[in-house]
Amino acid sequence: MFGYYLDLALRSFSRHKALTGLMVLAIALGIGTSMTTLTVLHVLSNDPLPGRSQMLFYPQLDPQDLDGYRPGVEPPGQVTLIDGMNLLRAHRAERQALMTGGSVPVEPPRGDVDPFFADARYTTADFFPMFEVPMRYGRAWSAADDQAKARVAVISRSLNDRLFGGRDSTGQLLQLGDSAFRIVGVLDAWRPSPHFYDLHIAGSYARAEDVFLPLQSALDAKLAINGSISCWGGYAVGQLATAPCVWLQFWVQLDDPAQAVGYRSFLEHYSQEQQALGRFQRPLNVRLRNLMDWLGYQRVVPSDVRLQTWLAAGFLLVCLVNTVGLMLAKFMRRNDELGVRRALGASKRALFAQLLVESGVIGLSGGLGGLLLALGGLWLVRQRPTDYAALAQLDAPMLLVTFALALGASLTAGLLPAWRACQIAPALQLKEA
Amino acid sequence: MQIQPILAALRKYRLATLLIALEIALACAVLCNACFLIVSRLRQTQIDSGIDQRALAVIKLSGFDEAGSIDLNARMLDGLRRIPGMQSVGAINAVPFGQHAGTAGITLDQAGQHFGGVIDFYLGGPGTFEALGLRLVAGRAPQADDFRPLNHFEPDDAPVMVTRTLAEHLWPGADPLGKEFWSDHDHFRVVGVIASLARQDGGEGGPETIQWSVFVPAQPGMYLAGNYLLRADPAQLPRVLRDARAAVVKIAPDAVLDNQASQTLDELRLRYFRADRAMAGILLGVIVALLLVTALGIVGLASFWVTQRSKQIGIRRAIGATRGDILRYFQTENFLIVSFGIALGMLLAYGLNLALMRFYELPRLPLLYLPVGALTLWCLGQLAVLGPARRAAAVPPVVATRSV
Repeated sequence: MFGYYLDLALRSFSRHKALTGLMVLAIALGIGTSMTTLTVLHVLSNDPLPGRSQMLFYPQLDPQDLDGYRPGVEPPGQVTLIDGMNLLRAHRAERQALMTGGSVPVEPPRGDVDPFFADARYTTADFFPMFEVPMRYGRAWSAADDQAKARVAVISRSLNDRLFGGRDSTGQLLQLGDSAFRIVGVLDAWRPSPHFYDLHIAGSYARAEDVFLPLQSALDAKLAINGSISCWGGYAVGQLATAPCVWLQFWVQLDDPAQAVGYRSFLEHYSQEQQALGRFQRPLNVRLRNLMDWLGYQRVVPSDVRLQTWLAAGFLLVCLVNTVGLMLAKFMRRNDELGVRRALGASKRALFAQLLVESGVIGLSGGLGGLLLALGGLWLVRQRPTDYAALAQLDAPMLLVTFALALGASLTAGLLPAWRACQIAPALQLKEA
Repeated sequence: MQIQPILAALRKYRLATLLIALEIALACAVLCNACFLIVSRLRQTQIDSGIDQRALAVIKLSGFDEAGSIDLNARMLDGLRRIPGMQSVGAINAVPFGQHAGTAGITLDQAGQHFGGVIDFYLGGPGTFEALGLRLVAGRAPQADDFRPLNHFEPDDAPVMVTRTLAEHLWPGADPLGKEFWSDHDHFRVVGVIASLARQDGGEGGPETIQWSVFVPAQPGMYLAGNYLLRADPAQLPRVLRDARAAVVKIAPDAVLDNQASQTLDELRLRYFRADRAMAGILLGVIVALLLVTALGIVGLASFWVTQRSKQIGIRRAIGATRGDILRYFQTENFLIVSFGIALGMLLAYGLNLALMRFYELPRLPLLYLPVGALTLWCLGQLAVLGPARRAAAVPPVVATRSV
């Protein structure tokens, strides 16, 4: 029966070319814009570590003094070096890493490349296993290297390609300004998106860094810090280690909810302890958000992108109402044909199915047109100078969503007109014809 | 034109009428709000920076040793001044539309009880106040002894110039001259009021805070180095900037030129508002597509009606109606439906605006947009129905005599 309905649908299209074309165009425009914006929204609200993100938490403490204190304010989004090191040493989570961004002057081993600045991340050993960073050569440094302030480094695959032509460079020396670091590992391609572990550096969707160094070693070598620094009270610049400034990110891995509850009470306990010592002056104020909650709280998805998505949804709605109207016109125009079919014995249900098949075919054609438009739209998005431009690609799930949306929309649009058209009294139509 | 028969005819096609009206209503709601968004975006890009933007450029260095800041400043200021066509060079911490460097919360009392807001500090060396072209409206401009060394981020007890908008926010109705404020333990005294000076990185607290900045005279040195404001004749500025970029390699081989940030202010401003202009473009695209789809919908349904009613049209023509009567019939019918849609659409537009205000900190939709939106849709409706209506008018009276 389905094949027959399909045949009828195609015949009707060739008879009402203009009207059918209008409907396909309307659906294609609506689907095209919606899919472009939905795809951008989809890649931007992406989970950077699927399967692990619910185990990763970002603790927040409030170490500030009472200056400008207002109740109910969120604690700062980063930690001081003192608190970071205390929490790191307490070792109360499965894994924990303290980190900050930096910028290092790289002196290439070959003379034919000019020195350049590379983005760096100064962190601690658990960073790599905790975030499941893929390794191409060698391995990450160990907690013992952290302790010993060892001059070791892990570099990105692209930097390895640039400096060593892609060969296994472990054991080689990496000259950063005046200090030399021994390369112990080379990462495989890794681009977590968003750049979840530090949202303060150039855009939330920036590329991962090229050089990874043990935090203590980098501070020891006096390499430049890069990122947001927020201070209070009297302080002296240049003494970041002891100053009342928050500038580091601290991440922990807690495998189950019980551990999370335990860690939260540890944070509260730690804050109270610091209050007793007189370091923390504000009332107890701690947060423990998991990765996705943290991204949501930090509003990483630009509000413009959300606005565009709503706009496109509104546009799709207009296109749908338009399609309902046109389908109504088309189905009503075929009263004679439907009357004849009824008189020959087709049930209302059969007519309804036939008309819905027709709507579905229109929807799929519109979906195909919409897909082309969305690919064009995404190409336009990629040409724009935003840090997420390169990410705007249609993936398999979004491809499925495109056709599901097109089919769903056209079937919904077809329901009412099809139902109206089925209400025909067979005899009456025959008489008038 | 009699309205009664039209309404009677429409009652027969209630569902289709309702659909067109609904489509018009949705289009009206989206149209009004999208236009409002476009205008507010474009207005943001028009803000008064308060400086002689066309004559200014910035050179930014990084990677130098902070301990050698004084020496670097001396070399840079001297070297850049030698470039032909250069009118003035000065050390400054940041410029409007550039990377932000001095943002801090301030309080109106020393104890830090009375919070004044988060504002931007422009720390400028000698000559930068004049080079920026800031317009003084009260008090005085910086004098030679105002430029004091920085002890960390700010100089001690600095005499500063605040913008008119910020003064009005901090001390409404009062004379700002002589007033004081604090940021952590730094103390500032207002000695001058400037017409405007836009913030470095836009207003975090919304568009009304975009002018919340102060100019702090400061002596170049340890914490004020590596970022230089150049002034030249606008016609010569691109060449002067090019020469300056080339000169940096020789003047300061120990530092790295930040190519991204070393630009003319015009270029920085253009880049700063790129996202807003792109958004306005996207909105415009959606509006055009929306109007197109709506028009096509009207054409489709009106054509259907004309076909359906060709017999009635024939009868009307046979009993004396002119072509004009038929044309006007369809035009009036369209006008009625669109008007109904617009009435509904205005309510929707208002509702949508409320939602946008809630989620996107957008101001209330000015009432002016509603009649403009309505007029657009009326015109669109009339244009769209013209084709089908003319076809209807062309139906010959003889159709009435045929059986179908």
